[in-house]
Amino acid sequence: MRMEFLRPATWAAALEAKAAMPGAAPIQGGTDMMVEINFDVHRPDALLDLNRVAELTRWTTEEDGRLRVGAGVPYTRLIDELGDRLPGLAQAARTVGSPQIRNRGTVGGNLGAASPAGDSHPPLLAGDAVIEVESAARGVRMIPAAEFYLGVKRSALRSDELIRAFWMSPASGPQYFSKVGTRNAMVIAVCSFAIALHPGERRVGTGIGSAAPTPRRAVAAEEFLAAELDWDARLDPEVLRRFGELASEAASPIDDVRGTAGYRGHAIGVMARRTLTWAWNEFRSGHPGRRAG
Amino acid sequence: MRVSFTVNGRAETADDVWEGESLLYVLRERMGLPGSKNACEQGECGSCTVYLDGVPVCACLVAAGQAEGREVRTVEGLAEGDRLDPVQEAFVECGAVQCGFCTPGLVVQAHDLIERIPRPSDAEIREALAGNLCRCTGYEKILDAVRLAAARKAAAR
Ligand code: FES
Ligand code: FES
Repeated sequence: MRMEFLRPATWAAALEAKAAMPGAAPIQGGTDMMVEINFDVHRPDALLDLNRVAELTRWTTEEDGRLRVGAGVPYTRLIDELGDRLPGLAQAARTVGSPQIRNRGTVGGNLGAASPAGDSHPPLLAGDAVIEVESAARGVRMIPAAEFYLGVKRSALRSDELIRAFWMSPASGPQYFSKVGTRNAMVIAVCSFAIALHPGERRVGTGIGSAAPTPRRAVAAEEFLAAELDWDARLDPEVLRRFGELASEAASPIDDVRGTAGYRGHAIGVMARRTLTWAWNEFRSGHPGRRAG
Repeated sequence: MRVSFTVNGRAETADDVWEGESLLYVLRERMGLPGSKNACEQGECGSCTVYLDGVPVCACLVAAGQAEGREVRTVEGLAEGDRLDPVQEAFVECGAVQCGFCTPGLVVQAHDLIERIPRPSDAEIREALAGNLCRCTGYEKILDAVRLAAARKAAAR
């Protein structure tokens, strides 16, 4: 079947191209899309190459203090340039694929694919990210990450829309990401967990990856901490235990080739306790709560 | 479609490129540059690593059309005439090559590492090469080669 290759030079042209051909598949780093094409899993009407749209590769600090990160900023640059302000997301980015993949892969691509196993999603959820999408017909929509993921590889993005950027506040407290996999590189998460402390609001954000049909927050676990956590004391072991339990209950994992549902549920609880402990140690001491390595 | 870009300093053009074709396919099958290897076509092995605008990428995951107007450097472009790059020399001397299938990708990736970090630690070498699989050597001699190449390049600076 014939396929077209569209190469808009501007964002406006990209939106017009997407509106004219809703079946066109956006391609940025290609690290997901090209695998599907190489293996003939997916044959879109057209590839819509976004590499030439320069503004997608930029990030800025906006008036309200939030960062607006273009959908085309590759993981390597995210780590190098924003690792201090978005530490949870940078930790997750470091676990993506390999150096070559991180040089091309983007958060925008992760969002577009909306795989429950995508590494960006848990820290985006924990850090209250908002996804900026746009269409030629209806303009910009701002979608909170918690409302973006609708099902396995399904998102709130409409067929005439493209992902422009994500917005996120620089970390106001410690953030950590943890991921289970068979080795330290080239691993799709068996499951993952992200945590972000928001000390100003006496609140903790969470994100669960690869343990439900979509990435999701552990809402009951967050509410429990908002009610029970004593921010001026050491971490109460009973609070920690219950937090892990509630995080685990928030997952609804399945058995698949990478792991069983039982294992995933257990691991989410362990990672929830671990990441909260790291974050709490850092919050109380001012030093990283986890040794590098 | 027609695709034109610079490869190893030379302007190249390929015609009748299928829209879903990878940069790797165009290099190997249309431009006569079979150095970059095709082993997995899914970004898992690193044997197709090339520089795209100075950044190492898996050529199997770049759509050929995305390379339009850009600069590609492959393993064929590392040597200067008959003089191998120090990374290539070190791979030969250390016995870091057995079947050789992984070698071009490893050489390009190691070349980039030493450009960015002239004296990499072992941890940095392992991290940089984590996306390049070798089923023959067991990696130890590859690590030796990268250490040797880094030392030689540092001495020559
Ligand atoms: S052939 Fe490209 S990574 Fe394996
Ligand atoms: S030498 Fe054979 S795969 Fe590395």
